[in-house]
Amino acid sequence: MSANVLVVVEHLGGEIADITFEMLAAGRKVAAENGGSCFAALIGGTDAMVGQLGAADTVYRVSGDAFTEFNPESHTAALRCILETVTPRTTLIGHTAMGMDLASVVACTSDNPLAVSAVEISGGATTKVTAQVYGGKMNATIDLGAGPCFVAMAAGAMSADAGKIAGSPTTSDVAAPGVDGRIRFKGLVQPEAGDVDITAEEVLIAIGRGIGSEDGVEVANELAEAMGAQVAASRPIIDAGWLPKSRQIGKSGLKVTPKLYIALGISGAPEHLEGMKGSATIVAVNTDKNAPIFGVAHYGLVADLYEVAEELTEALD
Amino acid sequence: MRIIVPMKMVPDLVEDLELNDDGTGLDPDETEIKLNEFDDHALEEAICLKEAGGGSVTVIALDGEGVDKILYTALAKGADKVIKLTGPEPEEMDGNYGLAKLFAGAIADIPHDLVLTGVQGCDDRDGQIGPMVAAMLNEPTMSVVSALQVAGNTITLSKEYAGGVMGSFEIDTPAVLGIQAARQTPRYVPVSKVRQIQQSAKIDEIDVDDAADALSKVSAMAPPETGAGAEMLSGVDALVDILKQKGVLS
Repeated sequence: MSANVLVVVEHLGGEIADITFEMLAAGRKVAAENGGSCFAALIGGTDAMVGQLGAADTVYRVSGDAFTEFNPESHTAALRCILETVTPRTTLIGHTAMGMDLASVVACTSDNPLAVSAVEISGGATTKVTAQVYGGKMNATIDLGAGPCFVAMAAGAMSADAGKIAGSPTTSDVAAPGVDGRIRFKGLVQPEAGDVDITAEEVLIAIGRGIGSEDGVEVANELAEAMGAQVAASRPIIDAGWLPKSRQIGKSGLKVTPKLYIALGISGAPEHLEGMKGSATIVAVNTDKNAPIFGVAHYGLVADLYEVAEELTEALD
Repeated sequence: MRIIVPMKMVPDLVEDLELNDDGTGLDPDETEIKLNEFDDHALEEAICLKEAGGGSVTVIALDGEGVDKILYTALAKGADKVIKLTGPEPEEMDGNYGLAKLFAGAIADIPHDLVLTGVQGCDDRDGQIGPMVAAMLNEPTMSVVSALQVAGNTITLSKEYAGGVMGSFEIDTPAVLGIQAARQTPRYVPVSKVRQIQQSAKIDEIDVDDAADALSKVSAMAPPETGAGAEMLSGVDALVDILKQKGVLS
């Protein structure tokens, strides 16, 4: 039985994503607990990337034109080839837009257990993870057994710095698989610049599903104006078309670290927290005292956000 | 496009969540459930695709509390056919693996071009339904997608990465897609229209075997430890004082 850990490297636009380093840090820890090695799987990356993967004992590479850009079909096929070569016990994949296309598919076709949105992992006799469920309202402790398993790690659960080790790890080329070509990459589209860059703002008023109706946008605008701040939002507000995508904070939006972040009616799902938990001071207003946002906030008010926003606006006038 | 939309019920997170006696999951008797809202986006996108280019929409769900209403609502919104998988008890379902096998087994027998699922559900712990079903059907799959356009047997779409960056892709049908958001807010249908449909339409039923066992078990569940957590304030005055102390207000 292998005791080794394989970390699937995630990269976009020529840059290794931070989740990779977070997983390398976790992978080294688990490998040590298992008494094995920590390997990296680099699909379609560059030689320069290998130099940033010093945390891995060996980097297994699949290269070729079909793998340069992320493609769920070719990258799944390549990962399967690397898995056959390495036969790791534990495979770490990002719980990200890319990882979602890989983890469920490779785990399912090999009938091996998978845990998603993991924030902690430990090795030893069996692989155990702590995973976020129910919008971050619960943590589940999941035993993945002693055999091969897959873990999709939540972004930001651990420090990336511990996995950022420069070096020249051994590389091993794995023969590229044939690819059917049922999925074709056409290009990357950069986000349109918004009227403001919310990542550069010192104070943000962020609104979420709790505003209930579009009226909340106006209330937030008034408060923002009184404070010299800008309005941002969690995903549901953007999906409803009430604010442009350039104002979205979270996993598929922007990551912000303002001096002050006031969250109005945001429950604090892990996808949102990923984008704002580094803010210097976080104030949360929510009617649900159990909302996960209070776990990362510095100050909380269990109250109606409309009343708070109006009182605060008046207090500032 | 012949489109199939598998739907599932999930706990309503607006409610307080109560744990079961052995602390390994939610107490089914104390848990309000609702349709996974991402699945509602998948249905909306499916109906929009049908309205734009023709075809059919079939919705499939595992029998259980509230499911008939969800299926009649889907018909009222514009689905052509709804199917209920009967046999397994929803309370005995553990994770998505068994449910995905039930879906894949049923979908394999239904001619289709596209399977649209919600990108995720709040109860996902062992993988997402979409890519699992795709793996079982051996069809190409992509998740976190939106902006679908159909041209013959090819779908063009956008996949969302972090920071608002999008990947643009083409994918050949048949395929399974995990929808992040429909092109428009899921439509609302009045209860009266759902009741009207209920009088005339019928829910097809497919009897299925018990679901496959989950490949892992939850040994414990608890609200996350939040460290110190927030200092709870009594009111706006206290908040204003703190903002002044922090120097963000003058």
